[in-house]
Amino acid sequence: MSQALLNSITVFVLAAFLGIELISRVPALLHTPLMSGTNAIHGIVLVGAMLIAGSADSTLEQALAFVAVIFATVNVVGGFLVTDRMLEMFKRRPDQPEEPE
Amino acid sequence: MILAVSQTTINLAYLAAGVCLIVGIKRLSSPSTARSGNVVAAVGMAIAVVFTLLSPEIDSYWLIVAGVAVGTVVGVASARMVRMTAMPQMVALFNGVGGGAAALIAAAEFHRLSPGTGHVLPEYMGAMLFSALIGSISFSGSMVAFGKLQELLPGRPLVFGGQQVVNAVLFAALLGVGVLAGATEVGLWMVVLLVGALLFGVLLVLPIGGADMPVVISLLNAFTGLAAASTGFVLENTALIIGGTLVGASGTLLTILMGRAMNRSLANVLFGAFGAPAPIAGAPAGGGEAKSYREVSAEDAAVMLAYANRVVVVPGYGLAVAQAQHNVRELADLLEKRGVDVKYAIHPVAGRMPGHMNVLLAEANVPYPQLHDMEDVNPEFPRTDVALVIGANDVTNPAAREDPESPLYGMPILNVDASANVVVLKRSMSPGFAGIDNDLFYRANTAMLFGDAKASVERLVAAVKAA
Repeated sequence: MSQALLNSITVFVLAAFLGIELISRVPALLHTPLMSGTNAIHGIVLVGAMLIAGSADSTLEQALAFVAVIFATVNVVGGFLVTDRMLEMFKRRPDQPEEPE
Repeated sequence: MILAVSQTTINLAYLAAGVCLIVGIKRLSSPSTARSGNVVAAVGMAIAVVFTLLSPEIDSYWLIVAGVAVGTVVGVASARMVRMTAMPQMVALFNGVGGGAAALIAAAEFHRLSPGTGHVLPEYMGAMLFSALIGSISFSGSMVAFGKLQELLPGRPLVFGGQQVVNAVLFAALLGVGVLAGATEVGLWMVVLLVGALLFGVLLVLPIGGADMPVVISLLNAFTGLAAASTGFVLENTALIIGGTLVGASGTLLTILMGRAMNRSLANVLFGAFGAPAPIAGAPAGGGEAKSYREVSAEDAAVMLAYANRVVVVPGYGLAVAQAQHNVRELADLLEKRGVDVKYAIHPVAGRMPGHMNVLLAEANVPYPQLHDMEDVNPEFPRTDVALVIGANDVTNPAAREDPESPLYGMPILNVDASANVVVLKRSMSPGFAGIDNDLFYRANTAMLFGDAKASVERLVAAVKAA
């Protein structure tokens, strides 16, 4: 097993446990915004799409990478904006008491 | 290129981006910090993207710039224009394109790395094929979910005989094709894999009823996360592995939490074909006995509400569709001025997504303390004078408690039927999204007020003012 693969596996395993731990106590009212927020986060594939698009040699690869960049950008931009619009609704009015954490 | 920085710097930036994503998810899981959490995650994403642009691996920018420009326009436009009620299908759509991107990356890498045989290390090949398979399934599955929620496709489960056998055979065949593609490194097999996976995604989601869509979207969200993580293995990119895996893991847990709220296992959601075998208690005339219901005028319902001590409002998807949340708040304010105790009962899966109702009511500035979870409010119904059900159906169906034959049996519901009176605001007697008839409507203590939820609530407001 190469060192690079071992590193990748280490990051993968730790991130998997962290992902579960992070949201294990989320209230039901945040399920939808949380799904939407994590949905935006997997738009990180944009990084991969950019790397491929920037180094593609053949026309086929360029075409595939171009569509991938568009798709991933829609995922990131749309995902974060929609999540923000959802969470905007939770704005507390000044006359409301602080809710307990 | 002009600004090309070392790979070490980029990897450090990816680490910072990963920390931002982690802090972002952490903050997203608490109501008071959620909005800032989304911003923190977006900042992390921006860091990852900017430093990727500085990568020495990139020697041409025009494809990236053009793609990002097009994607930004599409993303901003669709996120801005979508109505609050259409949020769930928007999430499905954004999830689908993310999965599609992962599959396309895998396809492009396959093409670049596979000039002959024996050139690609098995671990890269495996990760590439996994991305292609899962990304494609997520893409087409999300598109079907989008179509169902947007009502471009029927919301009811679409089933045919032997469907599960077909799906199992197709999936086994896909694994076989994957092995062939990996062993021969022939592009044609990759194409077959991608197309077959698209087909599998469609077949996987078609038999699932609209009511279960939130769980399915959450599952496909986790799929896309794993596909993204897998491309991270191919490209040896830690940002991708961290981001993708966080979503894959948290998305899987979120899917389980949602399923638990509906008292349904994931296997049941995926393979149960919810609502499909429902000729039982199905059509209104089913079984020969025509059940009778009682209709009530807005004026009579208003009097019941105005002279009640305790009223519990049960909002559902009908409220969301009609955008009646502001009118409901007006009605509740009027009733409270008359000394009526008003509470809102929020079922965990009311609407199309968990939290859907909270978002809408928060938009109408309904005070947060008036919103009550199912567990808190269910003991209150026997002491409630009027339960006002606005466009909610399956989450109030007593069959879930009483009828072991019902597909809903076992799902925790709001026990509105225990109240002295139930007023149901509904368009017509048609069954709910799950396609199951609701016995609640035929009970002696239930009165039906037909019409669009917003119009009905407006009539109630006018009538309460006059009462």
